[in-house]
Amino acid sequence: MTIGDEVVDRHGLTREEYQRIVDALKREPTLTELGIFSVMWSEHCSYKSSRVHLKTLPTTGPRVLQGPGENAGAVDIGDGLAAVFKIESHNHPSFIEPYQGAATGVGGIIRDIFTMGARPIALLNSLRFGPLDDPLVRRTFAGVVAGIAGYGNSIGIPTVGGEVAFDESYTGNPLVNVFCLGIAKHDEIIKGVASGAGNPVYYVGAKTGRDGIHGATMASAEFDEKSAEKRPAVQVGDPFMEKLLLEACLEVMKSDALVGIQDMGAAGLTCSTCEMGSRGGAGVDIDVSLVPQRETGMTPYEIMLSESQERMLMVVKRGREAEVERIFEKWDLHAVRVGEVTTDGKLRVRNRGEVVAEIPNPALTDDAPLYRRPMSEPTYIKDAQQLSLASLGKPPGALEAFRRVLGSPTVASKRWVYRQYDHMVRTNTLVLPGMGAGVVRLKGTRRALAMSVDCNGRFVYLDPYRGAQLAVAEAARNVACAGALPIGATNCLNFGNPEKPEIMWQFARAVEGMGAACRALDIPITGGNVSLYNETDGRAVLPTPVVGVVGVIEDASAVVQRAFRSQGDAVMLLGETRDELGGSEYLTVVHGLVRGRPPALDLTREAALYRVLAEGASSGLIRSAQDCSEGGLAITLAECCIGTGCGARVDIPVATPVAAGAFADISTLFSESSSRVIVSVNPDSEAEVRELAARHNVPVRRIGVVGGARIQVSIDGRSVIDESLGEIERIWNTAIEHYFEVARAIA
Amino acid sequence: MKFAVVVFPGSNCDHDAHYAAQHVLGQQAEYIWHKETSLKGADVVILPGGFAHGDYLRTGAIARFSPIMAEVQKFAAVGGPVLGICNGFQVLLEAGLLPGAMLRNRSVKFQCEHVLIKVEQTDTPFTIACRPGQVLRIPIAHGEGNFYAEPHVLAQLERNRQVVFRYTNAEGVATDDSNPNGSVGNIAGLCNEQRNVVGLMPHPERACEMALGSADGLLLFESAVKAVSEGAFSTAKAVAAAR
Repeated sequence: MTIGDEVVDRHGLTREEYQRIVDALKREPTLTELGIFSVMWSEHCSYKSSRVHLKTLPTTGPRVLQGPGENAGAVDIGDGLAAVFKIESHNHPSFIEPYQGAATGVGGIIRDIFTMGARPIALLNSLRFGPLDDPLVRRTFAGVVAGIAGYGNSIGIPTVGGEVAFDESYTGNPLVNVFCLGIAKHDEIIKGVASGAGNPVYYVGAKTGRDGIHGATMASAEFDEKSAEKRPAVQVGDPFMEKLLLEACLEVMKSDALVGIQDMGAAGLTCSTCEMGSRGGAGVDIDVSLVPQRETGMTPYEIMLSESQERMLMVVKRGREAEVERIFEKWDLHAVRVGEVTTDGKLRVRNRGEVVAEIPNPALTDDAPLYRRPMSEPTYIKDAQQLSLASLGKPPGALEAFRRVLGSPTVASKRWVYRQYDHMVRTNTLVLPGMGAGVVRLKGTRRALAMSVDCNGRFVYLDPYRGAQLAVAEAARNVACAGALPIGATNCLNFGNPEKPEIMWQFARAVEGMGAACRALDIPITGGNVSLYNETDGRAVLPTPVVGVVGVIEDASAVVQRAFRSQGDAVMLLGETRDELGGSEYLTVVHGLVRGRPPALDLTREAALYRVLAEGASSGLIRSAQDCSEGGLAITLAECCIGTGCGARVDIPVATPVAAGAFADISTLFSESSSRVIVSVNPDSEAEVRELAARHNVPVRRIGVVGGARIQVSIDGRSVIDESLGEIERIWNTAIEHYFEVARAIA
Repeated sequence: MKFAVVVFPGSNCDHDAHYAAQHVLGQQAEYIWHKETSLKGADVVILPGGFAHGDYLRTGAIARFSPIMAEVQKFAAVGGPVLGICNGFQVLLEAGLLPGAMLRNRSVKFQCEHVLIKVEQTDTPFTIACRPGQVLRIPIAHGEGNFYAEPHVLAQLERNRQVVFRYTNAEGVATDDSNPNGSVGNIAGLCNEQRNVVGLMPHPERACEMALGSADGLLLFESAVKAVSEGAFSTAKAVAAAR
């Protein structure tokens, strides 16, 4: 059979790519081979547009045990233990089928972690949706949250934190990024390699069906009005099956009978066979007729490309088969031998013995196309960076602005979301969601781990380089506020269509900025995920490079949370407020603008701040800490008070340089200047905190006192906000619920 | 003394119950796989939380057929203390060891949060260390914890003092606001007529250390130790004797 141009097009391959396939094989491919190439060379699997840029990121360091290239990265956390973590996107499936799309996203990242021999102990997620007044957005939002909950709760891994933001650009293309962290002993980390000729290759887990065929290709294309027709390309999750797989695999891994293991995620059996072979410098020979199938009449093409969930591929040491099979039997799973490892470095696929595909593994992996795509600075940037406050007319009063920003769904309480996640199972969660970074203790040690995922897409849109730096800094600062030393990061780079030079420029600049920040803050990136083509009808999402940072807390009893703890404590501000309203939540909420330059970031100052926070936490000087991000100082102060019954009375100096007349108060309250943290300290230790900050050259100022049942803010002695805590909590707690209640009332 | 923690496929709070008994309380604890046919001389049996067999049918509906459940039935019949937590409570309902059934939460959503429950009965092996009327702060984490029983069953439960825990406010008053899931009569936990089998939706094993926000749940485990050591409730040895 010869392959026509139309067939090549339908596989999302260019004519040039097709020619490369013919060159690699030295003949025309079979249809099965074409299918295999198309998924492995898709953007999702090959990183063909992004790889040249990703190579510039810092990925090594004394604590790094595993960098990019495996199923997940790993860093040393002491006591011979490793934190194994990664973040991954499931954006496209979640738009088409929110519940299953999000659920299977959770399932996929969990498999990546336990595949490494680590027991998953925590999940986080980073979500983006359009504005909640759109009923379709509410449906997507509710479906995604229920899907994450349905899967994570059932499998028994706590979702300990995350972030949710809302912006017009995500209306037709939500972002669903899920982070998972697991713990393994250093010497028990397992890799996804196939080696040792003659070693048997096993398939275990759910049966293969026709679901998800070409999922990876779908995730590598833009959406249009026909996207709903792609629903069959979304998989259906079975968390119970995954729970069995998780327990059985961890039990098998303890036996040392395994050579390597990999989950079947994107591109299913295809990706797991050729990647394992490629890493081990070996070949893999499988017969698809042996693969357990859920449907009848499946072709080799369909079996190789299916993305049915909850499936694993393993290479077992010859002679140890019975031992491995017995463990899976215990869990009512049936490990099936589907082939063996060979020496010829090829992926050979048979159907009842007859060879239907035979491809050198490197052609699918290392030698996949790499593009240095053209880039050009977007035309919008120069204009969007101009911000003239004077042209905005008279701003609202400080109190009114405060109430409006506080009630913005991006800023307000996410209780509606996290209440649906089991965040306490495994009894390690030291900081509950909404109280700061996610913090879990490590039983059997004195330590705890803090983790946070962050990104402000507006900042990246306005200046991709600085925006990505700010994302790294915010995630690391959140972790530092808990008293942790940030030691490793993972990223999930969500952008539009890389074939557009303006999008590619955003991507490249963001990666550069991220790399520079990670180098300066000494936080290596150990892996991650790239999600491109996040566009609907030609409109891209805000560029959203989400950063997940993990930090170690040496003494789990010294964990610091966001909330004030005692009346009479001194409120202190670490860092300085500058007149920086560019890209702020205030500008978006009150003026409907995404404009200006994002806040400046001094990475030396930022790193010094982490040292102050770590020392302040371990010495017990700092009693609470909350970083200033969306909504600025005014919102941060509210976050320190909410849920504690403690109000506060503060007096802050006007932002410098003094903002344009009418906006002086607004800028002082809502500027999103970086490297700032509000801490509370015992009044007796105020001097010690000053001394600590001075030693690290971090500006510090006492701005007020914890007390009363109101939040009272004055600027240079002039009262600007005075509101009861009850009213503030009402606005903050009901902002998201409100949209669902109104919708119900109308219905 | 020894706690047995039954592990069904899909149990996910088994580790937490085991940790509370062994590390927090300092007692012996052993996992018992659901296919086993012996409780291995345990003094107390815990059916932990989770999603046994995936709970795709009705919560607990398949777990009650697991081989170990025959042993749990026998153990309960001779007065051995059995505690079902969350999914374990649902399994006890399906197994007929406790009356009633679970509906989806009235919010139609999974809910994970701290709630307050009042101890209404202290003559069970899991509450004898509590004060009558004591209000405990313990988390819930479930999608189907909306307890339902027919009116005549409910009347009987009240008459026999089988309602062990009720969702209340801080003053111990069972208000609608303090009812997280719509359970009839604000019922959070029950015992059988013999009072040795107790089930509750909240997770005491998650509230055994102040570092986790509350240590009130430890009272249930301490009660079990007290009950067994005082011989108030028969142990596995009684089971053996009964055979």
